[in-house]
Amino acid sequence: MYDTVIIGAGMSGLAAGIRLAHYDQRVCILERHSTIGGLNSFYRLGGRDFDVGLHAVTNFVPKGTRKGPFARLLRQLRFRWEDFALAPQIGSEIAFPDVRIAFGNGIEVLESEIARCFPAEKDNFQQLLGSIIDYDELNQEAFELSTREFLGKTLADPLLIEMLLCPTMWYGNGRERDMDFGLFCIMFRSLFMEGLGRPFAGIRLILKNLIRRFRALGGELKLRSGVDHIKVENDRAVGVVLDDGQQIEAQSILSSAGLVETMRMCEDVSEVDESRSGRLSFCEMVSVLDAQPQDVGFTKTVVFFNDSEKFTWQRPEELVDLRTGVICSPNNYGYTSEEGQLPEGIIRITGQANFDQWESLSEPQYRVQKANWYDRMIESAVRFMPDFRHKVVATDMFTPKTIRRFTWHQGGTVYGSTHKQLDGATHLANLHICGTDQGFGGIIGAMTSGVAIANHCLSRQHGFSGDRSAENNPY
Amino acid sequence: MTAEKIREVIIDILSDIAPDEELGDLKDEVPFRDQLELDSMDFLDIVMELRKRYRVQVPEEDYGELTSMQSTVTYLEPKMQECQ
Repeated sequence: MYDTVIIGAGMSGLAAGIRLAHYDQRVCILERHSTIGGLNSFYRLGGRDFDVGLHAVTNFVPKGTRKGPFARLLRQLRFRWEDFALAPQIGSEIAFPDVRIAFGNGIEVLESEIARCFPAEKDNFQQLLGSIIDYDELNQEAFELSTREFLGKTLADPLLIEMLLCPTMWYGNGRERDMDFGLFCIMFRSLFMEGLGRPFAGIRLILKNLIRRFRALGGELKLRSGVDHIKVENDRAVGVVLDDGQQIEAQSILSSAGLVETMRMCEDVSEVDESRSGRLSFCEMVSVLDAQPQDVGFTKTVVFFNDSEKFTWQRPEELVDLRTGVICSPNNYGYTSEEGQLPEGIIRITGQANFDQWESLSEPQYRVQKANWYDRMIESAVRFMPDFRHKVVATDMFTPKTIRRFTWHQGGTVYGSTHKQLDGATHLANLHICGTDQGFGGIIGAMTSGVAIANHCLSRQHGFSGDRSAENNPY
Repeated sequence: MTAEKIREVIIDILSDIAPDEELGDLKDEVPFRDQLELDSMDFLDIVMELRKRYRVQVPEEDYGELTSMQSTVTYLEPKMQECQ
């Protein structure tokens, strides 16, 4: 009998596991895949290491910073800043047809770029910053307000609105067309007020530290152990049954599998509200170059591009939407001189994709379409960056089907459900959700989600509410 | 456990929670939150670490007693008399 069974060994599940095990719980993490990481994982192909998921760790702050989500996460998990060894970005860009706005770590570059490109919006932008700083992230009502409506009232220039929505939606929005205002604030702070970083060794380093710590605290991890269903007796979850029929008992369950996905596992739930499962998924191609990206003239860490004045964020009709995308390179970070530089150049290009379209292809058609859209995605991206095609020595690509295959997310979603459950609660008192569908964004956000919901469970178990709003909490 | 020892215990917990803080300069009569960059999640950790390490229970209605080092030590002294 475990105190807590956690479904999914991604960032949020591992972080939750560390918190619970640190406070002496018997914890078991169950992962269906043969490796950890979930949406942020890694693989080896043709003798090369690849990251999947991670473009950049958002919420980056320099060593010694004590405020903000990253510093708080380090404290909660008892890690040192050096354990994540994040190197800062060298500079990113929002690229629209006639305007390019650069941004770096900290708000200063973005502020001066907006003053340069949108001088009439200078004061409005300051007002927007004020609202974003004041936003309280755990207020569910304010969370679900319309960002488009809010920006429409605060800013006058529609182009600036589109340009700010492009990166914030790209890095975390599971809703089509509009975005929850709470999520917008979280993404805006993490991208523009804090910043982007990456460990030289990639996502492996973070995952390795998480799993090592979890095990050192006595936590158990079972790979290739998918949960077929959650057993429910008298309105309480009592354990899980694995795909192979094995039963595991637990006092409480924490699921990072997704809200709809978790509801489907509950044996007492006969109808699941499918309308809340997201419709957004991605294709991403990676090109390995026999040159550094900077040598072919690509000097940005991340470029968010959109080829018209109107930014569209919805499931495309076609296999991939070529109008907007993200270009990034793990080479373009300020690594230390001891770290040096990655041996080969890597460029990744991400586009919105339609899961149903990809799913409906036969196996031979699927392979043909992958090759076809690989070419078309590069062709689209080189409108906003130097052409690098003559330097490509190896390629790989994932589609919505790949995401579905390794994460079991319905519809191959990355940013999950359109509806976020900020307190992690479900219809059962001892079943909680964490991760993408709880509501934080990015890698630090995913881990924070695991920590927050684990804290909530620990508090309940110890008989105090642990609510941030608890009157006696002096903080 | 003496007041002095309890103070050491709290410093030890704080240094675990926030290894980057300069705890040598901590003023006992000034609220923690005015000197340290701790939020409510960290505050909960002080309570949980006390429970984990010394089996001391701090009920929620007493959280206000843990505002500063001075009030924390005063509050914990009777509760931790028997602790080693």
